Amino acid sequence: MLKVDGIDVFYGNIHALKGVSLEVNKGEIVTLIGANGAGKTTLLKTISGLLKPKNGDIVYEGASIAGKAAQTIVKQGISHVPEGRRVFANMTVEENLELGAFLRKDKEGIQQDFANVFQLFPRLEERRKQLAGTLSGGEQQMLAIGRALMARPKLLLLDEPSMGLAPLLVKMIFRIIQEINESGTTILLVEQNAHMALSIAHRAYVLESGRVVLSGTASELQASEQVKQAYLGGH
Amino acid sequence: MELIQQLVNGISLGSIYALIALGYTMVYGIVRLINFAHGDVFMIGSFVGFYAVTMLHVGFVPALLLAMASCAVLGMIIERIAYKPLRNAARIAVLITAIGVSLLIEYVTIYLRGAQPEAYPSTLMPDRNLELFGVVISSQSLFILGTSLVLMVLLQFIVHRTKIGKAMRAVSHDAEAARLMGINVDNTISATFAIGSALAGAAGVIFGIYYTKIEPLMGILPGLKAFVAAVLGGIGIIPGAMVGGLLLGVIESLVSGLGYSLWRDGAAFVILILILIFRPAGLFGKNVREKV
Repeated sequence: MLKVDGIDVFYGNIHALKGVSLEVNKGEIVTLIGANGAGKTTLLKTISGLLKPKNGDIVYEGASIAGKAAQTIVKQGISHVPEGRRVFANMTVEENLELGAFLRKDKEGIQQDFANVFQLFPRLEERRKQLAGTLSGGEQQMLAIGRALMARPKLLLLDEPSMGLAPLLVKMIFRIIQEINESGTTILLVEQNAHMALSIAHRAYVLESGRVVLSGTASELQASEQVKQAYLGGH
Repeated sequence: MELIQQLVNGISLGSIYALIALGYTMVYGIVRLINFAHGDVFMIGSFVGFYAVTMLHVGFVPALLLAMASCAVLGMIIERIAYKPLRNAARIAVLITAIGVSLLIEYVTIYLRGAQPEAYPSTLMPDRNLELFGVVISSQSLFILGTSLVLMVLLQFIVHRTKIGKAMRAVSHDAEAARLMGINVDNTISATFAIGSALAGAAGVIFGIYYTKIEPLMGILPGLKAFVAAVLGGIGIIPGAMVGGLLLGVIESLVSGLGYSLWRDGAAFVILILILIFRPAGLFGKNVREKV
């Protein structure tokens, strides 16, 4: 479904991604783990069109999307839940969700998706008219995910959904990610919490200083000494 | 009674400031730029209205709409040509560019039509004095206030209820997150300039009717004062610009009403200094820490 092929991405003079390749197949949860600064967020931003790769290609459903405008990419069915949630704090929960459906014109479908999101996150329905800035961190994460789902994506990019959340909430968010996946959305998940990420993913890639150093099925990586040492706390 | 008349005058004057201040504040809200050419867009609006009335012989409403449309286009052109290429440049570069655009508009206008002033025809909106509860109020004041209020309500509707308004608020809060929603940030910024400039154009026509005399450098002082009004209300905050504008107009009228008319223009800048010392975020602003 998505094929990233040897991309190089620069931030000014900093070579953030060095020939990164990865593949996401339809229906999968693929996770990308790695330390801070490994380039995980950069990779997601490049896929969603916020950054342009210098070399290499990104092919989505058979056509190149490398360097295309972000709105074109959203329209083609890739939604990105950014790191740190980035909800529109001065707007209501409802308005945030409406913005998620910004490019859609099918009113009925949008209403249907409102209902779906509220079913997934009943808490958001309770807080529908509340400003997003007044929500707790967990609720904001739910809103950020809900907002991305309002675009009815085929591929959902999630950047550190567990960041700053209590363990119980992390579990809940991961359960919901699995639910979203089971209902037919392919997922590319970036996480520092490698343990949780590998527990729900089908396949995984390990990113270190801008390069893919390891890849395989989630269970292979869970068993790998290298991953255990570096990302699973050595046991 | 005298006081109430002064208040009515002040509110009319203030509603002109408010209309201009809205453009400053909307543009600042979305691109963090003080568009110092905004006062000159107001001047162009005034002249477009004037020529529409004197040469095309149209009435108030068509003249107003024509001025608003021309200024909207002008605002978008300014943004595309002067500011867009500098979107990632240092703020001081953009600020200097804004001053340059301001001078350019002023002196191109003088080059094209000369520096001589014009007088808005008094037939456009005949002034009658109405007596309400013993207070004499000019019909023009009420009309100005009414027009401004309609425009402000319309703006609130656009910003809060329409798709483009929601896009504007989203971009102003977090442009990158807005792009992830599929919002076209460039077009949204263009629309913001268009709407803000249209309001300035409307203010130009209203100003012409109220003060009669218009000339190519007329935008400087009202522009600066509207900027003060925007800062007073809290730059970037739309209701703040409305209240700041009205408040500034009332204060000016009261200052002249008390017999200190020579201090009238000074009042605005005293307010600017006071607000910068005591409440730099403005009346409606929250003191926010810069995000890291």
